[in-house]
Amino acid sequence: MNVLSDNFAMFREGFVGTVELTVLSALLALVVGILIAAFRVSPVPALRIFGSTWVTLLLNTPLVLLFLAVTLGLPALGLKGWDSFWLAVMALGSYTSAFVCEAIRSGINAVPVGQAEAARSIGMTFNQTLGQIVLPQATRTAVPPLGSLMIALAKNTTIASSFNVTELGSVQKTLNADSGYNIFVIFLWIAICYVVITFAISGLFRLLENRLAVAR
Amino acid sequence: MKLRKTAAAAAVVVLALTASACGKSGSPDDKSDKASDGKPAPAAPTYKVNTAADVKGSPVFEKIKGKKITIGTKADQPGLGFENPSTKKRSGFDVEIARMIAADLGFDEDHITFKTIPSEARETQIATGGVDLYVGTYTINDERKKQVGFGGPYYVAGQDLLVKADSSIKGPDDLKGKKVCSAAGSTPLKRIKEAKYGVAEAMSQQGYQLCVQQLVGGSVDAVTTDDSILKGYAAENKGALKVVGNPFSKEPYGVGLKKDDKALRDAVDNAIEAHEKNGDWKKAYDATLGLSGIPATTPPAVDRY
Amino acid sequence: MSASVLFDVPGPKARARNRVYGILSSVAVLGLVAFVVYRLDDTGQFQGDLWNIYEYSSTQRQILDGLRTTVETFAIAAALSVVLGVVLTAARLSDHKPVRWIGVVAVEAFRAMPLLIMIFLLWAAVFTSDPMWALVIGLTLYNGSVQSEIFRSGINALPKGQGEAAYALGLRKTQVMTSVLVPQAVRTMLPSIISQLVVTLKDTSLGYIIVYEELLFVGKRFAEQRPPVNGVYAFIPMVIVFGSIYILLCMALSSVATWVERRTKRSRKGTPPPMAAPGAAVMAGPGLGAAGATGAPGTDGPKTG
Repeated sequence: MNVLSDNFAMFREGFVGTVELTVLSALLALVVGILIAAFRVSPVPALRIFGSTWVTLLLNTPLVLLFLAVTLGLPALGLKGWDSFWLAVMALGSYTSAFVCEAIRSGINAVPVGQAEAARSIGMTFNQTLGQIVLPQATRTAVPPLGSLMIALAKNTTIASSFNVTELGSVQKTLNADSGYNIFVIFLWIAICYVVITFAISGLFRLLENRLAVAR
Repeated sequence: MKLRKTAAAAAVVVLALTASACGKSGSPDDKSDKASDGKPAPAAPTYKVNTAADVKGSPVFEKIKGKKITIGTKADQPGLGFENPSTKKRSGFDVEIARMIAADLGFDEDHITFKTIPSEARETQIATGGVDLYVGTYTINDERKKQVGFGGPYYVAGQDLLVKADSSIKGPDDLKGKKVCSAAGSTPLKRIKEAKYGVAEAMSQQGYQLCVQQLVGGSVDAVTTDDSILKGYAAENKGALKVVGNPFSKEPYGVGLKKDDKALRDAVDNAIEAHEKNGDWKKAYDATLGLSGIPATTPPAVDRY
Repeated sequence: MSASVLFDVPGPKARARNRVYGILSSVAVLGLVAFVVYRLDDTGQFQGDLWNIYEYSSTQRQILDGLRTTVETFAIAAALSVVLGVVLTAARLSDHKPVRWIGVVAVEAFRAMPLLIMIFLLWAAVFTSDPMWALVIGLTLYNGSVQSEIFRSGINALPKGQGEAAYALGLRKTQVMTSVLVPQAVRTMLPSIISQLVVTLKDTSLGYIIVYEELLFVGKRFAEQRPPVNGVYAFIPMVIVFGSIYILLCMALSSVATWVERRTKRSRKGTPPPMAAPGAAVMAGPGLGAAGATGAPGTDGPKTG
């Protein structure tokens, strides 16, 4: 009664689902998060307000509720025929983007003031200062917390299993419901899958951190 | 920061407003407990509590004797297992079956604790003693028999399709390339995924309401599960949705209980048989599923294995 | 560094340009909001019958009950997680290698598991009839290990001289910890600790998966167990009503974080802050160990101001 070998196809599908969901939502979260962070430090007051509203709303909404809002709200807005996988990417991506924005903003705060002052004094515009001087340096400080965020994101993907996305969480549910395996054994295998994913992410970020540290 | 302060103040105001309970009393659906033809619904029967009940050799019964019985059921299936969110009253055919079995085991209404259990947790709840009995559209099959015991069956349903009123889908053969929705971890979902139906996508959702809403919104072409469940939703969405009426499976509903508790299983079987004979079964049907306008069939024979 | 360093004080031309940008983006955002409201109205989400249940005092009482359950669960889990965090930190900073190892393994194991799966396992296998403890213990294990990471990075981020000076005075390790290092570390990490408590509060909503009657579960019932109005179930009203409650609740808690942050900044005399900037408290200085070792909380990561 080996859970893994009996259900290898299911595990593989779940594993791939979790990885795909994590990677795509991470990309979305990074892009949106950096954009919102730029909004929050921009000279245009309206953008700053938009940025802080976005962050405040998403930081304070439980992810489950956000999932409900996205999976039920977007179809109501006329986005019909969207796959639930992409809806899950939207929910996870926008949720994580608020945290990414805060991590990057903290990174921007950690860049010595002189850097931006120097950039300003040689006549760089806001976009140049932010894009060429401040953000690259902020990235360095922001990498470790971003790594933690990505690990958190990988784990948060389990919530998508309640919203019709095949991933490791739904594998656990199916196996629990069906076949009379020991629940702890199922849990153990699922846990190992997650440990593999989270270790891969933290390894990746450690590598990134070392790379950036050398460049300093 | 200013935003935060305002929000905190607003939170206090909202909470205070809510706490002062400025709302209307009663519940919004006082009027809706009626049959489709406007006549008052037939009341569910009351069951005579067998105060001398004893199930010899049943460890589960020993534990709960003279105390309360915990029965797992569903809360979101109108006509079957339903809990009114305002009054917290349970109703439906499954709930009536649970009540009549409990009465025969010596528990009156005040000594039944109903617990809402989602499908994916049924087996573990029964096995670990979270519930003593489970009555909630629980299909008897061999795979499940390895883990839990089944009393009954007390009803036979069949998998069917719920579609838009103007849909061209007439049965499972018309599902090729269509999107179908059902509840996560359910038998109907697994069956509809079989290759012979050729559905484009079998969606799973936490509950059937989400499926029904998607059907109304046009994201899926059909909702599939047991006809008994679908009838409730068709009734809730009169005119917009219909049940195809071409069941393509047999789903004998059983009462889930601990696997090795044969004594309790026999007691449950006896209770079901007794109430089928004395007419309670039919009265219960008429007061619940019968409201859909479809008359009761003869109850299935109890399977004592 | 404040944002204003990134650009000059706008002159008349820039101000005019900013105003144009401001108007354009406001129009875009307002247009989007208007579109959302229009679509929601168009799809029948604002029909009175979907909302009228919230007018009844019985509904409001249930929401309050759910709110109380959520807050109670949060309070217990928060207290326990801080205690566990302290214990795990003590273990990880111990002089004895085996104790240190136990601490490391415990923290890594609890942080690597998705909370949802952990809670479900605890409920299905251990606390079958007591979902509250499944939720509380799941939250405690997970958030406790994250809190421990925050404490540890706070202590590690203190200037080395602090500990060395204390040892030089002849204090024992316990004394060094309790009277020198911990007070300073707690002060700098307090914003992160409270942010993690906000995460704990939000994660109580995972209780719905194990049918624990907290706020979100109550809300789902109002959406799922109310008959639909013209084919629309009351999910969107539920999301709006309960989303607002959650957001206000969490904002009230984070406003405590902001307040504490400002207070600790004010009372800091003499020693310069060990962080580059107060806003960057979570970063704990560059190069202080790997992704896992910095204070950034697990599920949800850093949240400052």
